[in-house]
Amino acid sequence: MNVSRRWLEGFLRRDLDTADTARRLVMLGAGVDAVEALNPGLDRIVVGYVESVRPHPNADRLRLCLVHDGAEGMRNVVCGAPNVTAGKKYPFARIGVTIPGGITLERRKIRGESSEGMLCSARELGLGQDHDGILELDTDAAPGTPLLEVLPVSDDRFVLDVTPNRPDLLGHKGVARELAASLGVPYRLPEIPGATGSGLASLRRVHEVTTQVDGVTVGTEDVAGCARFTGVVVRGVKVGPSPAWLARRLEAVGARSINNVVDATNWVMLELNHPMHAYDLAKVRGHTVVARRARAGEKVTTLDGVERTLTADMTVIADWGGAVGVGGVMGAANTEVSEATTDLLLECAWFEPARIRRTRRALGLSTDASYRFERGVDLWGLAEAQRRCVELILATAGGQVTDAVDVWPEPTNPPRIFLRVPRVAQVLGAELSVAQIEKYLVALGCTVLNKPDDSRLAVDVPGWRPDLVEEIDLIEELARLHGYDTFPIDLRPFRVGQVTESALDQAITRVRAGMVGQGLYEANSLPLGPAEGEDAVKLLNPLSAEEAYLRQSVLAGLVRAVEVNWSRQVRDVRLFEVGTVFRNAAEGGRPGEASHLAAVLTGARAPAHWTTGGKGDDFDMWDLESLFRAAVALANPSAKVQVDAAGWLALSPEGRKVGHARRLELALPAWAAPVFGLELEVAGAVPSPVRYQPLPSTPAAWRDVNLLLGPATTAEAVITAMRAAGGELLEGVGVQSEFRSEALGAERRAVQFRLTFRAPDRTVRDEEVDDLMGRILGAVEQSLDAKLRTS
Amino acid sequence: MPDTAELEARLAALQAEVGPLATLGEKDLEAAEVRLLGRKQGALTEILKQLPGLPPEGKRAIGAEANRVKQALEAAVAARREALVAEARAAEARAQDRTMPGRDRWTGAVHPTTAVMEEIVGIFNGLGFARATGPEVETEWFNFRALNFPADHPAMDMHDTLYLDLPERRRGDDRRANRSSGVGDHERRGVPDRRVRPEGRYLMRTHTSPVQVRVLLHNPPPVRVVIPGWVYRKDTFDASHAPVFAQIEGLAVDEGISFVDLKATLAHFARAFFGSKTAVRFRPSFFPFTEPSAEMDVSCGVCGGSGCPACKGSGWMEILGAGMVHPHVLANCGVDPERYTGFAFGMGPQRIAMNRHGIHDIRLFYEGDMRFLGQFAGGVTP
Ligand SMILES: [Zn+2]
Repeated sequence: MNVSRRWLEGFLRRDLDTADTARRLVMLGAGVDAVEALNPGLDRIVVGYVESVRPHPNADRLRLCLVHDGAEGMRNVVCGAPNVTAGKKYPFARIGVTIPGGITLERRKIRGESSEGMLCSARELGLGQDHDGILELDTDAAPGTPLLEVLPVSDDRFVLDVTPNRPDLLGHKGVARELAASLGVPYRLPEIPGATGSGLASLRRVHEVTTQVDGVTVGTEDVAGCARFTGVVVRGVKVGPSPAWLARRLEAVGARSINNVVDATNWVMLELNHPMHAYDLAKVRGHTVVARRARAGEKVTTLDGVERTLTADMTVIADWGGAVGVGGVMGAANTEVSEATTDLLLECAWFEPARIRRTRRALGLSTDASYRFERGVDLWGLAEAQRRCVELILATAGGQVTDAVDVWPEPTNPPRIFLRVPRVAQVLGAELSVAQIEKYLVALGCTVLNKPDDSRLAVDVPGWRPDLVEEIDLIEELARLHGYDTFPIDLRPFRVGQVTESALDQAITRVRAGMVGQGLYEANSLPLGPAEGEDAVKLLNPLSAEEAYLRQSVLAGLVRAVEVNWSRQVRDVRLFEVGTVFRNAAEGGRPGEASHLAAVLTGARAPAHWTTGGKGDDFDMWDLESLFRAAVALANPSAKVQVDAAGWLALSPEGRKVGHARRLELALPAWAAPVFGLELEVAGAVPSPVRYQPLPSTPAAWRDVNLLLGPATTAEAVITAMRAAGGELLEGVGVQSEFRSEALGAERRAVQFRLTFRAPDRTVRDEEVDDLMGRILGAVEQSLDAKLRTS
Repeated sequence: MPDTAELEARLAALQAEVGPLATLGEKDLEAAEVRLLGRKQGALTEILKQLPGLPPEGKRAIGAEANRVKQALEAAVAARREALVAEARAAEARAQDRTMPGRDRWTGAVHPTTAVMEEIVGIFNGLGFARATGPEVETEWFNFRALNFPADHPAMDMHDTLYLDLPERRRGDDRRANRSSGVGDHERRGVPDRRVRPEGRYLMRTHTSPVQVRVLLHNPPPVRVVIPGWVYRKDTFDASHAPVFAQIEGLAVDEGISFVDLKATLAHFARAFFGSKTAVRFRPSFFPFTEPSAEMDVSCGVCGGSGCPACKGSGWMEILGAGMVHPHVLANCGVDPERYTGFAFGMGPQRIAMNRHGIHDIRLFYEGDMRFLGQFAGGVTP
């Protein structure tokens, strides 16, 4: 909503400071997105008096003027405007002045004649589109008088961000009301230049659904969609351009001036938040303009020239021949006011907000009118709007009101709300006196009836505040007008609730910290993408076909991130993410959600360093194995890691697969390293605390043994067999190295194990360990394809 | 029979060896140590071997002198050795270019969004708010109706919604809303949910506020929770909008909670998060689920309030929306709005992170670019 400072000043009968006004509006809840100075750069333009005009000797379409600009002597000015006339006054820009278009005037020769300034058109001054000629000034002011003293066109535009609950702020009157309350001053409608006051006294109230107004049938046959319909007939108008003050004011708020009749209806909308419509009576068929339900499939060509097909739950305005407008949204071209129009029907009606919203969404047609009706206009303010519109039309287009009716089949009153004074303090935490409460409510336009016996106030709310329907709405208004900043900010004691953080949320925090400890960066990827499986959850209205499903794995997003990094020449990528995955439940209904941890590794295992020639090893499967085990311990501690064909799996105690880790087969750039990835369900389990193991107090003994292993013999099997044979003295077994060679054969390998022996209460003896080693080796060689390697 | 005088002369000769030790190189020092102090055939050992044959007074005198000479030799050797090491280090230092880069290690980092979220959650933990979370798939009832969004109302325009291609919700589906904390369904807690709700269509939650509803449905007041999570809007991905973004919400419901508590709590948060000198202001606003509704601005961290491009000249940064929980919301959650009041607030941690780090394009948060994320690692960047 664009608001003009001058328009507000008209309401408040005083000058407003722009910055102070913006601040007040913000603190009252009307967000000010921008404050724009209008028509800046006019302060150095002056009134110029054209002394004489003669033809240019070298150009047919140019003239030579002598201009008096208040300074000594006369200026020679070359002017191309056809309307320049000796003895008249025009805006004049002297040498050195920059006009709003950005041009700085210089002394120059035009076809051999020097020119010392410029007589300006409205367009050149940014005052309108009219560039047929220079702007004639109807003024007594002396030459050299600043233009702004003659033409009060400088203004400031506040661009307001009005919340959907405040339709009253979509008209200048509503904004002025807020400022009046804030400043503690009265407000009333600005005066219309040239208004005679003999406009429209009253409208004939009718309770039937239709009636006659000066021979035209008007009303509403769809009371649910259009509750009230006022119609005024004005005859003998002269449609033409609007006077400058009207056109400028509309332009100041970003509206285009069209003609005096259309501009009058727009003025009323911008001032009182009542969209109106003017029909050319001569074009109305069958002397009828009535609101009714549209017929399914009914067609209407709206003012924007588009033919629209209507449905039966829309409200149209129709004449005898069919629709002449979509009620509350847009009029039709067939009854549009034109230069030839002499007789008007002015419509000001009230349309049901939800109906308007559904209609404009179905038609894809959002207009200033639908925007306002959707938010709610003042059902009780239609007559005032008609009076204002008539006042403007009579002042600018002439004519005479011949009849005026107000069709309101089921009249109602604005709601009455009961406000309990103690409830105000309960919600706001500060006591407001009854006098304060009354003052604020009255400033909003409420009528307050005091009921001191039960400390209740009966409050009749004004029609322009459809958002005020119950007690809490009034309490918000009291806080707003009292000023949010006036409430204290002292922290008081509070009671803590019973909710405690879930095991899953705690696990996620642990997992994050653990993965950071592994040297990985956390990524966030979009959980939308293409379908990953049969049970992918599909969006009904996706942003694009590529983002039509919810993700089923977090790893897929990290793989995309690896590719992004590659595309930017980044080779070393170590990322993890904890996020939600979704899948459709087999039995239908709510899709399942789970938290997953995923990680990717590719590139250098450590930053390159010059001491090793800038070279280092890349991540391999064994980095993945260790990361996967760490991840399982953090995220799903009850799961067991198992080898599978592609890498490793994590299985829950019930045997369900809860994670996997593997080398990812991607299309790599030549310089890229292999990519390793893992994905794992995060279990919402509270891990049991670590039990401390007493530190050994006796020395250990070590033995290394080099075994030649057959193709089917795994390290795990060897270690298991060693542990079984080693008994209590064997503290641990580690793998020291692996060796393969042609001599050993393709399928055999030599693996060196290191065994640690310790007795808890004494020093183990060498002979005892040697004896045990013999038994361990015997057991391994006997049960597995493994032999002691002696060379 | 050893000659005391001769032994004295030999000891004197050894004493004379102490001085020259200070000039020896590494190898010579080693050799000298063996020759003089060697345990088997060192010069001093040879003298000491003679001791048993001496008369008692000679034994005492020579023994004491030998001990003194031994200590002097040992000290000289040690001193020389130390000097040699120091010299070697100094030589090494002269030979080294200490501006050559050191050996780095990879360090990890949480996402800047997570860092902000965790910091905010931590501050509210300190104010007695426990973390609560809920499902990202919701129904119209939880996301809109329970939160007092009127149907066919312009307030819905602020929440362009992604719907799921699924039939409307059936009763009992909530049994699988297992991502919730403290907010599970009635059935699971053994409390039959007799309310028949028109749950409506499945959708991706447009805000974290449905978790408020879940918490209130299952926990009697007092309730104090802080709710971080991801929310979805049908927004085109551009520099300032993402279709999925982070939100943090908070809720306090108890007897006697008022607008003053709302202001005090959030002002405290602002000072804890943005610094103790931070000024706050509260402006009226509109959210269907709170009334009175407010927005909180904090003094601009870039200019301190005097106005700069970061705050569009206003001196203020819009940080969060808040308000007193609407009585309809409390009633919808089975909480008596006459007895209990409460406040709620919500903010966008990504916007806060963008302000904090001077990031102008939200899409950077989603790319996983190592060079971007590494800037928040405080360690090595690739
Ligand atoms: Zn600033």
